[in-house]
Amino acid sequence: MSAHTSNQALIDYTLHLADSSLIMAQRSSEWCGHGPVLEQDIAITNISLDLLGQARHFYQYAAGLINQSADHTLKPATEDSLAYLRDERAFKNLLLTELPKGDWAQTILKHFFFSVYQSLLYTRLQTVPDKDLAAIAAKSLKEVAYHVKWSSEWVIRLGDGTAESHQRMLTAIEELWPYTGEMFRAADYETGMVDPSTLHAGWLKEVQDVFAEATLPMSSESVYMHVGGKTGLHTENLGYMLAELQYLQRAYPGAEW
Amino acid sequence: MNQDIHIPTSQSPQAEKVWEVLKQVTDPEIPVLTVTDMGIIRKVDVHDGMVEVTITPTYSGCPAMDMISVNIRLALIEAGYREIRIHTVLDPAWTTDWMTEEGKQKLRAYGIAPPAETTARSRKLLFDDVVDVECPRCQSHNTRLLSQFGSTACKALYQCNDCKEPFDYFKCH
Repeated sequence: MSAHTSNQALIDYTLHLADSSLIMAQRSSEWCGHGPVLEQDIAITNISLDLLGQARHFYQYAAGLINQSADHTLKPATEDSLAYLRDERAFKNLLLTELPKGDWAQTILKHFFFSVYQSLLYTRLQTVPDKDLAAIAAKSLKEVAYHVKWSSEWVIRLGDGTAESHQRMLTAIEELWPYTGEMFRAADYETGMVDPSTLHAGWLKEVQDVFAEATLPMSSESVYMHVGGKTGLHTENLGYMLAELQYLQRAYPGAEW
Repeated sequence: MNQDIHIPTSQSPQAEKVWEVLKQVTDPEIPVLTVTDMGIIRKVDVHDGMVEVTITPTYSGCPAMDMISVNIRLALIEAGYREIRIHTVLDPAWTTDWMTEEGKQKLRAYGIAPPAETTARSRKLLFDDVVDVECPRCQSHNTRLLSQFGSTACKALYQCNDCKEPFDYFKCH
């Protein structure tokens, strides 16, 4: 691998991590002021803030890498330019993160799937030779531990709750499961980083344990899995979200307050 | 872990003076705590008239961090320093183990339960929190976790089963 392609792979990989966290944060923040009870409104906005902070660290690192490279289409880059001025096709987030927030069951299940995946990924990422990525992973992992606990408890509370909450969880599983496969299928730029396929068994085990306690059935491994987010092929949901997220900086470039 | 990572030691009298200035800079969210109480100052360096302060964020998304950085700069300018550099490091990740004993006492007096002794515990336990948290109002240990997430990223919401008062707990991290 030439120095150029490996540097580009590292930039893409860092942007992929940043984008997944940013889009997850932005989607979850839609609950702000709309949470089912005040404590949970505060919980989900806190989680959004953690994810936004993690995204900022990844974007800052990616911006540094881009600015050091000889010629890069995104140059000069800042954390803000990477979040606010890239188009939908440039985003590399997991499709799971951009799906509509749905009801509380769907939001909870999405957070559960995502935070279990993140905790496994960051546990491995904190040992990679790239010191910056390892430091961000180690820092983030402490926060993700809270997200895993919180979402696991809610999956159990809803799954093993009322007939209504159980039914809503079943619907959420049906809706979100086909988007879980993408987490474990490596994009080209993941070569030489953490191989996501090696996280799959651990992820399934943890999901299975919590589902068992929540009296929820596991979905079949053979269902069709949607992919594309990692390489910029998104569902129609992302464009609408970015339009809202990026509007101000697109309409008033460089606006500050 | 390495002791000098825990408690940054100032090597020179000049750095010592900067350290004294930093002891006056408070956290915008929890004004009883100073940045030195929190353990977020990792290093102070003074050379050729330049002051370099290295800080580490508490939580990744803590909105107070940018403000803290500005306040450190202002305090140093007020103390007569002109060339100031503030660096942020992520490694090693901040832990409440770095909070000073004095800081913990200030928190308690302010009505926030300070972090329990150590971060070495399992967070995997569902529907429970194994820490023994003392009510900052009536000192009862008969307390329960209401929510792992409170008014800021660093706090959880607890309630005292005896005096019934809800209170903030600065969680172990």
